[in-house]
Amino acid sequence: MAKVLSGGRMARLAEKLQSSWKTVVVAVPFLWLLIFFLAPFFMVLKISLAESVFAQPPFTPLFEWVSEGVLAIRIVFDNFVFLWEDNLYLNTYLNSIKISSISTVLCLLVGYPIAYSIVRSSPTARNIFLLMVILPFWTSFLLRVYAWMGLLADQGTINSLLIWLGIIDQPIRLLYTEFSVYVGIVYTYLPFMILPLYANMEKLDISLLEAAADLGAKPAVTFLTVTLPMTIPGIIAGSLLVFIPATGEYVIPDLLGGGNVQMIGRVLYNEFTANTDWPVASAVAIVLLLVLVLPMMLYQHIQSKESES
Amino acid sequence: MKGEVVVSTVNRPWLDPGQTPFIKVQGVTKSFGPFVAVDNVDLDIYHGELFALLGGSGCGKTTLLRMMAGFETPTSGRIVIDGIDMTDVPPYERPVNMMFQSYALFPHMSVEQNVAYGLKRDGLPKGEIDERVDAMLSMVELSPLSKRKPHQLSGGQRQRVALARSLVKKPKVLLLDEPLAALDKRLREQTQYELMDLQDRLGITFVVVTHDQEEAMTLSTRIAVMDAGSFMQIGTPTEIYEYPESRLVADFIGSTNMFEGVVHQQDQEHVSVKVAELDADIKIEHSTAAADGSKVWVAVRPEKIILSPSKPDNTEINVLRGVVEDIGYYGNSSTYRIRLENGVIVQVTHPNQRRPKDGRHVAEWEQEVYVGWEPSSGVVLTK
Repeated sequence: MAKVLSGGRMARLAEKLQSSWKTVVVAVPFLWLLIFFLAPFFMVLKISLAESVFAQPPFTPLFEWVSEGVLAIRIVFDNFVFLWEDNLYLNTYLNSIKISSISTVLCLLVGYPIAYSIVRSSPTARNIFLLMVILPFWTSFLLRVYAWMGLLADQGTINSLLIWLGIIDQPIRLLYTEFSVYVGIVYTYLPFMILPLYANMEKLDISLLEAAADLGAKPAVTFLTVTLPMTIPGIIAGSLLVFIPATGEYVIPDLLGGGNVQMIGRVLYNEFTANTDWPVASAVAIVLLLVLVLPMMLYQHIQSKESES
Repeated sequence: MKGEVVVSTVNRPWLDPGQTPFIKVQGVTKSFGPFVAVDNVDLDIYHGELFALLGGSGCGKTTLLRMMAGFETPTSGRIVIDGIDMTDVPPYERPVNMMFQSYALFPHMSVEQNVAYGLKRDGLPKGEIDERVDAMLSMVELSPLSKRKPHQLSGGQRQRVALARSLVKKPKVLLLDEPLAALDKRLREQTQYELMDLQDRLGITFVVVTHDQEEAMTLSTRIAVMDAGSFMQIGTPTEIYEYPESRLVADFIGSTNMFEGVVHQQDQEHVSVKVAELDADIKIEHSTAAADGSKVWVAVRPEKIILSPSKPDNTEINVLRGVVEDIGYYGNSSTYRIRLENGVIVQVTHPNQRRPKDGRHVAEWEQEVYVGWEPSSGVVLTK
C-alpha cells in the first residue's frame, strides 16, 4: 500500500516537474521577445511622445519630479501632428511603399519560376541550387551593395561593356536612379522570396498535378487552377518577408539611390543624425511600424477566420 | 476447366476470337535508367472487363497503369485504347480517368468543385455540369457533403469523392490504383461490392492495380499476376487460384503446401510424383505434360486437405499420418499445422461447421491425425 502511494506521489511529482519544465521552455523565448523587442519598442514610443531639447539625451523625460511630492507625466503628440502636416513625410511613406510593393512583385516574378524549378530538379541539383540561393549571405551585405555601385556607375562595368560593344556611345545613367534602387532591393531580397516559396512548393503533391492533367487540364490550366492556388501561402510568406524590410530599407536607397530616391529609412536616419531630432525620428519609426504591422494583422485575422469556418 | 464443353463467351470476351480487345498493350517496356520496371509485356483487355494487375511492390503494375494513363511514356512498344494509338497522347487528351491511391483530391476545392473539375475543363455549359455533378454525388451518396472540403471528410468519403471525380467524365477506361488500400477491412469489403456493382451498371472498363490478392479475386473478371516487370499468369480468379501455372503464382495467391518431387509413373488419368521428403508417392490428376523422371512440384491448397482423427478406410492414396503442432482459430475456420512423421509441416484448413462440443474441435494439439486429399485437388507445376 505504502509503495503504491509513494509511486503515485512520484508520478505527481514528475508531472509537476514536467509542467514546470514546459513553462521554462515557453518562458525563454517569451523573455527574449520581451527584452529585445518590446522593451526597445516602448523606449522608442516614449521618445516619440517627448519634445526635442538641446541636452543629453536630446529629449524631455516622460516622468519628472516637479517639486516635492509631485510627479509630472509629459506626453507630447506634436511629433505625430508634425508628420501629418508636413507633406514630405507622407510622400516619403507613400514612395517607400510604392518602391517596396513593386520590388515585391518583381521578386515574386523572378523568384517563383526559380523556386519551382528548384523543387522540380533532382535531389542533388536541388541542394546545389539551394546553396546558390543562400551563397550571397556569406558575403557582407554592404560589400554586395558597393559591388552594384561599381557595376552600375557611369564609368562602371555595364556602361563600359555597352560602350565597348558599340551599343551606346554615352554612358546611360543607371546609378542614383529608382532603377538602381529596384535592382538593389530585388537582388538583396530575392532569397527571402525563394526560400518560403520553395518550402511551400516542396509540399505540393505531384499527384495533384497528375490528377488535374488526368481530368483534362492542359499544363497552363493546371498551373492556374492547382499550382498557383496551392502555393498562395508561400507567395504571401515570401512577399511579407520582402515587403516589410524593403519598406524601411536605408542602405540601398542611400548608396544606390543617392539623394534622388526618397525612402523613409533615409528620412529616419537624417532625423536622428543630421537634425538630432530624436522625438521626430522616433515618431517616424512608430508610424512605419504601424504601416507595416496593421496590414499583416488584418491578413492574419482574415486567415484565422477562414480556417475557423 | 477440363469438364467444360461449351463455354459461353458473353461474360468472357477473352475466349471469343471474334472480339477485338478494347485495350491493347503491345510489347511495352519501360525502363528507368538501368532498372526495367515493365519488361516487354503484351496484354489484351476487353470492353466491360474489370481487370486486375496483381503483384508485390516494385513488380511494375503501377508503372503499367501509369503508362495507360499517360503519366509515363513507354520506352518501347505501344498502347492502343479503343482502336486509337495512345502512346504519344498526353494524359489530358486521353479518354481515360484515374483514381489515385492517395485520391489526390484538390484540398482547396469543395467536394462539388472537385467533381466538377474535369467537366469544366471540357467547357461544358454550367447547367449540364451542375446536373452531372449532382447525379454523380447522389450516386456515391455524398450529396449532403457537397460543400465540404476534403479535409473535413472521412477516409471512406474521400474515396467516394475520388471515385465520383474520375467517373463523372464517363471515361472509356477507369484506372484504379490500389482503390481500397487506405480503407479499413469492413469498409473495404463493402466498397468492393459497390465497385463491382458500379462497373456492372456503367459498363466502363476498369483496370485495377492491387497488391491484395483477396481484393483482386473478388473484384475482377481476370487477373494478371505480375513479377519483376512480366506477367506470370493471366486468367480468371478461379484459373489463377485453382490452376496456377507456376510455383510463384501458387505461392503468391493464397497459401499452399508445396512438395518437390520427380514424375515417376503416369497413365491416361493420373501422374504419380515421388516426393523424397515425404518418402511417399503423391497421385495427382493429369494436368501437365511433364516427362517421366522430370523434376516437378506438387501444390495442394490447405482447404483441399481432409483432416481426420482416424485412418480413412476407403483409400490408401495421398494419406499421411502426423501430429497437430499448431492451431490457428479464425472463427469460421481453423488452420492446423500438422507435423508429419518425417518432420514436414503440412497446413490444413478445416471449416468449423459445428459448434464444438466441450470446446473441442476436429483435432487438438498433439493429437495424432491423418491428412489426405483427392487426386483432383493437387496441381503439378513444372516451373
